Amino acid sequence: MDSILEMRGITKTFPGVKALDNVNLSVREGEIHALIGENGAGKSTLMKVLSGVYPHGTYEGEIRFRGQPVAFRGIADSEKLGIIIIHQELALVPLLSITENLFLGNEQAKRGRIDWVAATARARELLRMVGLTDSPETLITDIGVGKQQLVEIAKALSKEVKLLILDEPTASLNESDSDALLALLLRFKEQGISSILISHKLNEIAKVADRVTILRDGTTVETLDCHDAPISQDRIIKGMVGRDLADRYPRRTSNPGNILFEVKGWSADHPIHAGRRVVKDIDLHVRRGEVVGIAGLMGAGRTEFAMSLFGRSYGRNIRGQAFLDGREIDVSTIAKAMGNGLAYATEDRKHYGLVLDNDIRHNVTLANLNGVAKRGVIHHEREIEVANDFRRRLRIRCSDVFQQTVNLSGGNQQKVVLSKWLFADPKVLILDEPTRGIDVGAKYEIYTIVNQLVAEGRGVILISSELPELLGVADRIYVMNEGALVAEMPAAEASQEKIMHAIMSSASKATAARAAVAAAALNNGALESLQ
Amino acid sequence: MSAELNLPAAPPRQASMAKFLKSHMRDYGMLISLLAIVAFFQYMTNGTLLQPLNLTNLVLQNSYIVIMALGMLLVIVAGHIDLSVGSIVGFIGALAAILMVQFHWHFIPTAIVSLAAGAAIGAAQGYWVAYFRIPSFIVTLAGMLVFRGLSLALLAGQSVGPFPVEFQRLSSGFIPDIFGTEGFHTTTMVLCLATPAILIAFSVAARMRRHRFAIEQEPLVLFVLKSAGLFAVVAYVGWLLSTYKGLPNVLIIMALLIGLYAFVTRDTTIGRRIYALGGNEKAAKLSGIDTRRLSFYTFVNMGVLAALAGLIFAARLNTATPKAGVSFELDVIAACFIGGASASGGVGRVTGAVIGAFIMGVMNNGMSIVGIGIDWQQVIKGLVLLAAVCFDVYNKGKA
Repeated sequence: MDSILEMRGITKTFPGVKALDNVNLSVREGEIHALIGENGAGKSTLMKVLSGVYPHGTYEGEIRFRGQPVAFRGIADSEKLGIIIIHQELALVPLLSITENLFLGNEQAKRGRIDWVAATARARELLRMVGLTDSPETLITDIGVGKQQLVEIAKALSKEVKLLILDEPTASLNESDSDALLALLLRFKEQGISSILISHKLNEIAKVADRVTILRDGTTVETLDCHDAPISQDRIIKGMVGRDLADRYPRRTSNPGNILFEVKGWSADHPIHAGRRVVKDIDLHVRRGEVVGIAGLMGAGRTEFAMSLFGRSYGRNIRGQAFLDGREIDVSTIAKAMGNGLAYATEDRKHYGLVLDNDIRHNVTLANLNGVAKRGVIHHEREIEVANDFRRRLRIRCSDVFQQTVNLSGGNQQKVVLSKWLFADPKVLILDEPTRGIDVGAKYEIYTIVNQLVAEGRGVILISSELPELLGVADRIYVMNEGALVAEMPAAEASQEKIMHAIMSSASKATAARAAVAAAALNNGALESLQ
Repeated sequence: MSAELNLPAAPPRQASMAKFLKSHMRDYGMLISLLAIVAFFQYMTNGTLLQPLNLTNLVLQNSYIVIMALGMLLVIVAGHIDLSVGSIVGFIGALAAILMVQFHWHFIPTAIVSLAAGAAIGAAQGYWVAYFRIPSFIVTLAGMLVFRGLSLALLAGQSVGPFPVEFQRLSSGFIPDIFGTEGFHTTTMVLCLATPAILIAFSVAARMRRHRFAIEQEPLVLFVLKSAGLFAVVAYVGWLLSTYKGLPNVLIIMALLIGLYAFVTRDTTIGRRIYALGGNEKAAKLSGIDTRRLSFYTFVNMGVLAALAGLIFAARLNTATPKAGVSFELDVIAACFIGGASASGGVGRVTGAVIGAFIMGVMNNGMSIVGIGIDWQQVIKGLVLLAAVCFDVYNKGKA
């Protein structure tokens, strides 16, 4: 079979670090090639070399595209040959329309004057190819992340794409949207477009990939062919981390005590659309030493519930009671909620969790500055000790605690966020998607930390979109849908099918359709287009 | 099983010289640029720049800019801007003038009322910024127009003065010499020897504490060089001033305020929270920080310091004029940015802003002595501001 892309002996050195060391990657004509590895393994660097972000001459090695050696001086060069990369953080302008975004930098213009009729017609055609039925005049901000991802792909199609590179395209998508996206990749494959798929989600790779290349610490570990023999997830994990993960979830003997924290009749409205109830009459409790999971589709209202509970940081017209050890507590401001033993670690660590320009030390103590200060004066040495202590306990990989958090990998950033909340010493910790976008090894470490927390008698509320994670970590699972809790089950009796069933049977038509797609995908791997 | 990870070896206690210099290039660079600019103009003006009389003038001319830069730094670090400070200087000067000259108030109640008025103005502007989320650029642009207009109205377009002698001393007075030596201000010399000595003693103590906690710090050689340099410069300035009239009162006020604000920004929880607010407001808020109140108080603080600057400026001119303080805000903001503050918030240091203010001040003074016209002075100052910020951005991109 012909290779569309050959990368041979790629070595890329940054001052002091060898990011890539003699890496080889070969992608065949019309295949979906998965590229996986832990955070920091060199996937993104390799793709930056390929797309010309690191121009020819700044790396060693050879790149051949469709048999010809190439030397890109910038992204424009690689795009001209049809190599299009779609980054994890989407490059769309929120307040421009779909059409305007599709042709940004590539306007359908004659002598500088844009032909809007032609542009709209072409936009509609492109949208049809990715299965989007929205009007091309819709603003990007008015469509969900899943659809935005599809717009990015449509944009790639407008550039005559030959090789499509997707960097964790499904990281912020729910299961049904992810499945739609993967289905699209399979359709492209039939049309002869090759793809490189970077993903942490091993089940997705198993579904669509023809071959898998595993990177570890900047070197190629191996390339596996998925058609020779079905590849087990354990096999891939072993390649990524260089060791067997006998169990992806650390064991712990769960021994929940009496009820620690309880919420009764909690409701909240949308902050802008007055009267639209987003969180509906939630009753929930957490026992001492218990991990309680909240499952649900994206948009089920889980984050909204958690944030409205944590000092009313979301929504308006918030009603309900919260109890700690049977006594009602005031959670009306963030300071009061924290004072009463609550903590909330956000799902969006870059925007809501960390002060990225600040170092690890300052981020760790931010939520409990008084813990390192006397009468408002900070004891700097004590602060450094605290930061170093968390660095050791949570195994934060960094050069020292004076490193800016913006330079840390996702997993280590997450550990800094956790450190911050652990130092605030909460009784109940709400973790919102704590392992999103981080690699298998770091996930395992996060689970270990969760286990330590409950072993100390704290309660943990775990919000997660990854059902296996909930099943593996939680003691008890609530299922949330359309703002309300619709089921509760001990993790021992729960299964992915049962949770999906709970969502479907409770749901209105629209959600049921989405849930059905997800459930179908779950049962037999069949891929249905969401649209 | 547990995932075994190798932690890198414990960091060395003393950073290597090259690495340390590289990561602190901005701080040392600023200081070196200031010294270079001073040396340049000292040469160009044939020694006039550092003559005791001119040095005293330099301090008096820049004191109000430095004092406002302290407040502006907090505002900028918090992620805002304040364009109204020049107009507040004019308005407070007018207010004080009316109270003292037309109503014959004593200067102490006048000063108290003026500072309170500054706080109220800051609160009024901070309220809209913090609680109504109106961009500070717009609120303070409005404030700039409003208070310029009000000072014109207060003064009815006239200059009002002169002021009581006690009030003038705020700007033009010097500290008394308790030793009473003829022709040499001994108190000044003693203060200028004791102050750096005490500061160095404190930093030696801090160094030893950091050593005990095995914390990375400035290489010893640099520390010794810097301390010796500090001592030499302060002692030299002290000697120069001692041969003239001694330390100006306003320099004492300025030095105390610089010390206070350096302490607040570096060593207190309030200072840390302001940096977090400017660095990532949402994260700061979700960490339990009352970001709105904090924003509000940075404006109140700015108002008080602008009022103080207004009093000092009026005392210096010995008259309140409708044009007082025009375009001061630009010098103050430029001082902060030359000093390394980031326009997007979260970054900036008090020492940087002070050095930035003196860079501007020395250039103003030096260029005037050399005889460069006001036209070209502005061009050159503008280019210096641009160059300083370019240097920052370039540095950040490289890191």
